[in-house]
Amino acid sequence: MFLNQFLFLAAILFCIGVYGVLTRKNGVLVLMSIELILNAVNINLVAFGSFNQDIAGQVFALFIIAVAAAEVGVGLAIVLLIYRNRRSIDVSEADLLQG
Amino acid sequence: MVDVIVFVISAVIVLGGGLGVVLNANPVHAALSLVASLFGVAVLFILQQAHFLALVQVVVYAGAIVVLFLFVIMLLGVDETEDLKHEPLPYQRPMALLAGGVLFVMIMGGLFLSGPGGSDGAVALTGQSAATAPMNSEDSNIVQLARDLFTRNILAFEATALLLTIATVGAVVLVRNQGGEDLVVDEPGTSVG
Repeated sequence: MFLNQFLFLAAILFCIGVYGVLTRKNGVLVLMSIELILNAVNINLVAFGSFNQDIAGQVFALFIIAVAAAEVGVGLAIVLLIYRNRRSIDVSEADLLQG
Repeated sequence: MVDVIVFVISAVIVLGGGLGVVLNANPVHAALSLVASLFGVAVLFILQQAHFLALVQVVVYAGAIVVLFLFVIMLLGVDETEDLKHEPLPYQRPMALLAGGVLFVMIMGGLFLSGPGGSDGAVALTGQSAATAPMNSEDSNIVQLARDLFTRNILAFEATALLLTIATVGAVVLVRNQGGEDLVVDEPGTSVG
């Protein structure tokens, strides 16, 4: 296996995730797009770890999965709160700070 | 040869799932596409001998996180499909496409111009250099992982435990029903006592 094919795949996945974060209006789907971005990073970390013959890449990916779990928990709680207060999870309507 | 075939199949699944998450109007379909994408990534992990990580990917991501997503989608109303034509911000979609495209071109530029092996970065894509290999160690993947986790990264490991505790408590405190007001259900004609 060659390193760059993993990097290439991860780059495409990362950009799909960025597009999703920028275009999605449903708050839950924005969080899902962030998961795509984190997965792209995980692919890169594991590929570099096996390229450098170092287990540290996999350990780092493990930490990212743990942090992603925490992020999703708090993020979905915030989406739920926005829905409770505004009757909508459309992120383009949550513009109280827009001045 | 086999691993290249496996890579191509799982790459198609990963990218197809990713596009499904971004383009599906129905949130439930998007969540199921996310599951497909995560499973593809797990296969890629197995391909690189990261067996424990593949297990964690399936259990934590596909098992826990996506279920959490589906739960919230269910709570907030399944039938609320997103109108993909409606744009509150003018040109949001083309501008986002442009941003993603520019980012992709920049990453590709970095990969090909200064990738691993210096100017040989592009060569690696066609299969000449910069190969990944399974860890050449006597121990199994999980033993190596545990040794690194509990020696070099013990502090980060403990900090992760603290982080997860804080996140759990924070999520509960955030969505706690203060003041005992009635929960509002989105389905008409139902009431919660």
